[in-house]
Parts: sequence; C-alpha cells; structure tokens
Amino acid sequence: MSSNGAGKAAGYIGKGMPRAATRRLVSGRGRYVDDISLKGELHAAFLRSPRPHASFKILETTEAKAVDGVIAVLTVEDIETVCGPWQCTLANAPNLFSPPQRPLALQRVVFQGEPIAMVVAMSRAQAEDGLERIVVEYDDLPAVTSIEDAIAGEARTHAGAPSNLALEYVQSTSGVELAFDKAAHVVHQRLKFNRKTGVPLEPRGILASYDPADDAMLVHASHQMPHQLQLIIADLLDMQLNKVRVICPDVGGGFGIKMHIYPEEMAVCAATKILGRPVKYVADRIESMLSDVHAREHVVEASMAIDSDGRISALKVDDIQGLGAYSVYPRSSTAEGFSALRAMGGAYKIEQFSARLRSVLQNKVMTGQYRSVGHPVAVAITEALIEQGARARGESSIVFRKRNFVKASEMPWVSPAGGRMIDLSHYECLDKLLILSGHAELERQITVWREQGRVVGFGLASFVEFTATGAEGYGRAGVLVSSQDTVIVAMDPTGMVTVQSSAAEIGQGIQQGLAQIIADAVGLPIVSIRVNLGDTQASPHGGGAWSSRGAAITGEVAWQAGRKLRAELLSAAAAILQTEAEQLDLVEGDVIEKPSGRARMTVAELSEMIQFRPYDLPEGLRPQLTVAHGGGRGGDTFLPTNGVQAALVEIDKMSGKVVVLKHWVVEDCGRVINPLLVDEQIRGGVVQGIGEALYEHCRYTEDGQFASGTLADYLLPMAADMPDVSVAHVETPYSGSVLGAKGAGEAGACAAPAAILNAVNAALAPFGGSVDTLPISPVAVLRAMGALQGVAA
Amino acid sequence: MNNTSLDDTIAISLSVNGTNVSARVSPRGSLVDFLRHGLGLTGSHVGCEHGVCGACNVIVEGRVVRGCLMLAVQADGAQITTIDSMSPDRYVLALQQAFYERAALQCGFCTSGMILQAAELLRRNETPTREEIRDALSGNYCRCTGYHAIVDAVQTASHALNATPSGNRLPG
Repeated sequence: MSSNGAGKAAGYIGKGMPRAATRRLVSGRGRYVDDISLKGELHAAFLRSPRPHASFKILETTEAKAVDGVIAVLTVEDIETVCGPWQCTLANAPNLFSPPQRPLALQRVVFQGEPIAMVVAMSRAQAEDGLERIVVEYDDLPAVTSIEDAIAGEARTHAGAPSNLALEYVQSTSGVELAFDKAAHVVHQRLKFNRKTGVPLEPRGILASYDPADDAMLVHASHQMPHQLQLIIADLLDMQLNKVRVICPDVGGGFGIKMHIYPEEMAVCAATKILGRPVKYVADRIESMLSDVHAREHVVEASMAIDSDGRISALKVDDIQGLGAYSVYPRSSTAEGFSALRAMGGAYKIEQFSARLRSVLQNKVMTGQYRSVGHPVAVAITEALIEQGARARGESSIVFRKRNFVKASEMPWVSPAGGRMIDLSHYECLDKLLILSGHAELERQITVWREQGRVVGFGLASFVEFTATGAEGYGRAGVLVSSQDTVIVAMDPTGMVTVQSSAAEIGQGIQQGLAQIIADAVGLPIVSIRVNLGDTQASPHGGGAWSSRGAAITGEVAWQAGRKLRAELLSAAAAILQTEAEQLDLVEGDVIEKPSGRARMTVAELSEMIQFRPYDLPEGLRPQLTVAHGGGRGGDTFLPTNGVQAALVEIDKMSGKVVVLKHWVVEDCGRVINPLLVDEQIRGGVVQGIGEALYEHCRYTEDGQFASGTLADYLLPMAADMPDVSVAHVETPYSGSVLGAKGAGEAGACAAPAAILNAVNAALAPFGGSVDTLPISPVAVLRAMGALQGVAA
Repeated sequence: MNNTSLDDTIAISLSVNGTNVSARVSPRGSLVDFLRHGLGLTGSHVGCEHGVCGACNVIVEGRVVRGCLMLAVQADGAQITTIDSMSPDRYVLALQQAFYERAALQCGFCTSGMILQAAELLRRNETPTREEIRDALSGNYCRCTGYHAIVDAVQTASHALNATPSGNRLPG
C-alpha cells in the first residue's frame, strides 16, 4: 500500500461497480460511427482486387460515373493529389523491408481484397452499383501464401524484391550451446499457429468531413487511438494537426484491430478533401474479414535444456512470422514477433536464451497487433515445453514449474529475452489455481472418467504478460505512438466534476475505472464524476486504448490530477474556514474537520463561492477548479503481469471435437480498480483464446484466395460451446506507481490457447499422440488418437 | 425480368414501436437498414449482414427476426418492435437492468440483439437453466464477454421476473 493514501478514502478503488455508461448501451442508445450522420454525406464503396498478386490497369470508369447517384470514381491518381503513401520503418531495425503502401493500389495489387478504386455515391447501394461497372484488366503474378513458400522464396510477394524476408533478428547469450551440451534432458517442440483475426462485432468505419474554407477536417472513426489517427491523417494529408479533429464515439470492440492505418480510412479522408462533402465508409463483414489485420501466423521450433537438478538451463527458439504484404503502419507487424520473443520463457528463470525471428512478406492482408500481441505464441510454446520437460523427468509438471519459477527473492530479474521481471507472484497464483480448480480431486476424477472410456485432459499454463508499454517501446523505434496521457479534471459550480482524458473507451470500462480513481483521489461521490474520452479536441495528445494501459498509465495520471484538485479545494476551504488544510479532509463531497469529523461545508458550496463570489474569498486566494496532469511511466517499459490458467477438456471420440468443460484463471494485475470489470476482461479474453485454440482460422487457398470471408466460414466461439470461467486474483501492486495497477485486459487471451493445448495433449497422451497446430482441428485430434490411420489427408 | 428496377421504390405501411409509419423503400433494402437509416432507429446494429451474428435482431409480429435477412418491403403491414422502444416490456426491462448490473456487456454492439433474444427465451421459459440459456443465445455472437456474464444476467432477470407478479413494471 502506498503512503499516499490511494484507495484509503471512500473506497471506490477496488470496488466492483457496473459501468454507468452501459445504461445507454442496454437501451440501444449507443452511438457507433454508422449511427452518426452529417448533412450532405456521401457513401464510399471500394473495388477490391480479386487477385492476390497481379499487375492491373483500370480500363474504364465512365460507365460507373454514369450510374444513378454516383458522384465520383476515384483511383490512386486522384487520391495521391491529397494523400501521400506511408511506409513502416523502425529506427531500431533499419533493415526492415516493407514497401510504401497507398490508400488505393498503384499498378500492382499484392493481396486479395486490396482496394484499387473507390466509388462515392449518394448511397452505399449506389456506390456498389458503380463498382460493378468499373473495368479492370489483371495480369497475374505468382502469389506467396504459406510461410514455408515465403522462406523458400521462389515467388516474390513484391515483384522485383530481393527476397520475401522483411526482417531477420537474432540474439543469444553466450552459454546456450554449453547448456545444451551438458543437459540431462533436451525437449523439442514445434508449433504452428494459423492466422486469426479480432472480429470486433462493429466493423471498421469512418465518417470524414473536410471544410475547405478552414482547411479543417472532422473525423468520426471506430478506432482505439483518436490522437494517433489524428496525427497520421494530418501528416499524410499535409494538414495542421489542430485542424484535424478525430472523435471516436462508442466503439464496438477493438482488440487491436482498430489501431492501424488502413487504406480505406485514408481513402475516405482523401475523398472528403477532394469532394468537399462528408464521406462515410463502414466495412461490411466480408470486407472486415479480408481487410482487417490478421494475426499470429507463426511456425515456431523451440528446444529446452534441463540440467540434472531439473532446472531449465537454456531455451532456443526459432520463430518464423507471416506479415502479409506489408508491415502494418505505423506500429509494424514485426512487433508481434518481438513481443513473442520477449515473452518466451515466461514465468521461469532461464539464464541462457537464443532466438531467431524471421518475419516474411506474403500476398495476404497484413498481420498486426491483436489482443495479447505475441504472448499467446510464447506462452503456448513455453508451456508445451514445460509439460514435455516434466514428462522427460518423470515428474509432475507442477513440481517442475515450481522448481523453475522466478522467485520473489530473485526479482527484479532481467530475463535474457529482455523482460524485467518485477512484482510477480508465480507461486501464489499456481497454488491458488490448484485450490480454485480442486485439482487433487479433479485428477482422481479424470482417472475415473478415463476408466469409463471418456477422453479427458487437464492442462495448465503459467504466463507473464507485458502490459502498459512505456515510451521507449515505440520511441526507440522512431514510431510516433504516445504512451503518455493527460487527465483534465474540472469542477463546475455545482460541485460536479468533468474529466477529459486521452484514454479511449472501447468497451473495457476505463471510463468507469477513471471515475472511481478520481472520486477517491479528490474525495467525491462517484455520481458526481463524468468522464469524457475519445475526442482530440477535448483532450491533449495521448495514448488511447492499447497494451492494457488504461488502469496502469491513465489511472495513475488520473490519480495525480485528482490529488491536485483535492489540494486546491482543501487550501481554499482552509482559508475560508480560517484553519490549516492539514486539519481538513474531503470525504464524499463534504469538507470535514479532521479531529471531530464534523462537516464544515460542501464542495458545491465551496465551488459556487469560488466561481460566483471570488470577492468573498480571503485576499490573494485564487483556487484552481480546473487542473491537469500529464505523464507516463518511466521505468519498466514493458510492465510484467502474471498468472496461471487451466482448462479441462473432453474429446468426442467419434468426431474428434474438443469440448472445454471448465476453465480457470488466477491472475495478478496488481491493484484491481474494479473487480467486476476486470473479471469480465479476463473471461472475454479467455474465450477469445479458446477460439484461437479450437476454431478461428483465416484460411487462404494455396493460390492466395481468402476462404474465410463470412462468420459461417470463420468460426467464433458461441454461447453453447463455451464453459463457465472461474476467475480469481492475487494482488501484487506494481512498486513503481502510487496506485500499483498493471494491465489486465489481455491476460485472458494470453494463456488460454496454451492451457487448451496442454489439456488436449494431456487427453491424447494415453493414445500416444499429440497435436501441434492451432486451431486444433477435429481431424488432427482423430489422427493423434490413431483413429484415422490409413485415411488420406 | 419484371418491370421493377433497383431504383424504383415501393410503398409500405407498418407499425414501428407503436407508431404507424408509411414510407417508400427500395426493393433491395433490408429491414434493418430501413429502420436504422430510414427511421433513425439505430438501436439494432449490423454486424454481419448474413444472418449469423444476431446484432440486428428486431421483433416482427412478436417473433425475433434477423433485420438483415428480411427486406423492408416484406415488413409491409407488420408490427415491429425494436430495442429503441420507449416502453419496453417487463422481460426487456428486467434484462436491461440485469445486463447493466452484471456487466454483461462491454462494447454493447451485440447487446440489443442479445436482450431481445433473451427476452424471447424468458417469455416461453421463465426459469431456464444455464444450458438452456446458452442454447437459446447461440445465434447471437458476443466477442467481448465470453458469454459467462450474459448467462448470469439472464438468470438474474429470470429470478427478478419470477419475484415480480406479471404486469408490474420493474424499476428501470
């Protein structure tokens, strides 16, 4: 607990409270981008390449222009007059190869679905009518789809490029080979991760309106970072930053998908600038599936060396990551690979580590940051190796884990993968999870079930997840992504407080969390706090929603802002009441005399006096009712959190289908601001992780055709298929902040795939088989059971 | 080919949330697009446009219908209720309260459809089990919650309804 008093006041911090804002949402009163209209708005539709790789020529647009309601047909030549290309570069990886990308393709398309022309019309339907009348000639080029083909390099993703390798990175400590030479056991694991995507239920959308008289633009966008989008629009359209206003209204889910610069959004901004009228575009589901960033296409080979004492002495990892046709702008697709490497070895003290990452270009849509970026890959490979290591030693994986965990006494410890391990609770989380899941009894039950012929398995996964990325994460790469926030707290004459912040609400509940923090920091009833987010005109520049940063970064800044307001109010009250500020307290909106607990005045009375009768205040007193605080975290650029997940699965012997019977999570995100909301973040993440493990797959045919364009082809977890998820916490506050909060939003997604994979392989162990590809298909399960012997693939 | 072109409109009359509406609509327009963009009732959402996700659910003649799979012209003469209604029935009210209290929504995009679907379940089965709730809601995708809290909220609403004599309005 901090000496600063966080959480000691009225106690909203740590209290499970519903989100005030959801009153609107349950009544259908949400306002998402497509619910907003501007007078005179036009609608855009995109002609998309049906080919994965081809040179093309637009032969004919006059017929499209003649379609009823069509206002304009725009091609790259039109767009380039107002919007430049962008290119992903990283100052700390100067060899990264990713060509410039444009709102509409120039001469060559490099993935199926890449936009090549845009029709703007009075209605979306008319715009789509126009698309059908554009005539394009394609000249096919060989397409690169699989990671293996990309590495082999016979065909090139970008015609004329030297190779498909966008980036290669290697690192090693000095004693890796020696550790493997001296190892008592070496275990090896290969895992293949297929592409998936975030599928926020609200598709990406934008409504942009350019005012030529003021050279200003108003943008409503379904996006996670209003300020990042503002900065990039201003840059690419050569506008003054403060003349671009980005509003992110209610956002129907993000999960990392809505943090990137997409061709369609930039084309819409260009179109409104060209046409001088508002232009709206909302992706339909097929467009979302094939143009939203995909994620987590990896082939990982890893080996673990274990010494004769059962300690893990070294870890070797070789990861090949598919990027798609470009490294996504501005944050880079390679961030996922680096994030996976950093999280390798997770909870364990492994001193010797070597890694090789190859990020390859393919004729597919870009991959990018998706919930728990890279971590699920690292956790799955690490935890699969842990199970193997324990099996090689003939001991329980729980014993093996506990021998190798980083101990509290060893922290802080900087792992060779680059994670600074601090304030983690591996032992407490594992012990709590074993109790929560009734593990001992469960193991007996599993034995009984197996005797009855049921195919069941229990799987564990410990994890470390890095959250709340600090400034050095992107700063050292020269990428202009803010990890800072500003919180403005303003008290009105009735004693109510309005908050503006650069955080962003995408459903995770940070709006509620900030209200609770500020209520405690100032000493006000929660109902008096109204938090506004998502508008660049209302808040100074800041980070938005990514990296589970809201509680840890914005929350900390909000606490400081609240304390400033409290100090102003108490000094003013002390002067008026002719006492010292130290003698007063502010509790639930009342100024209290400390020794007696007697209420002397309300903040409403105080605020009204300051606003309307300043002449009655003591001489020289000029209290500030609006205060701001800005900042970010200094140390611990990647703030670690930890936890353990477990799954109990059953396999249907006939179909190979995996059913998750139960899932448990114990996690440590430091100080929990609102347990009700944190638990639901965990549960939602777990179910996305179960989807990753069992269902979700962005399929491309060998020749680069996208085959998962609908929600009937791309399987999402449904209510009937999902288990209840038990969640518990260990709270080890982050020692580098007052509040002690760390990130929680991605922890569920982080380790659920690993827990499911280990559970399935535990179930398959009696058959002598195992699976090594996510999602785990029923066919792979049947094969591992020996049930498909002799059946062709 | 008949004589109707894509740009022709057809007159329809219907009742929406208790108000009579007459309009001319494009024969190719979906019911949900008409409700959202023609009438400004944006409570139902468009999530997939092929009948899988349930975000566009509306009530047509007392039954939950995918607003994206029905054409506006097919709604001619129908009674339609949407989540935007200012006088939700007791089932919807109880569910709205329970969803709010249990944090059974995050982004809220699926919530309108989810609540209408759950209300239909509670109308025919006032005491559903968790399995029955999960089955009934399996045509409604939620990408945020993982469903656990939604199942809890539907159970809570069911208990609240059973504790309240029918016809009485719950506190909203």
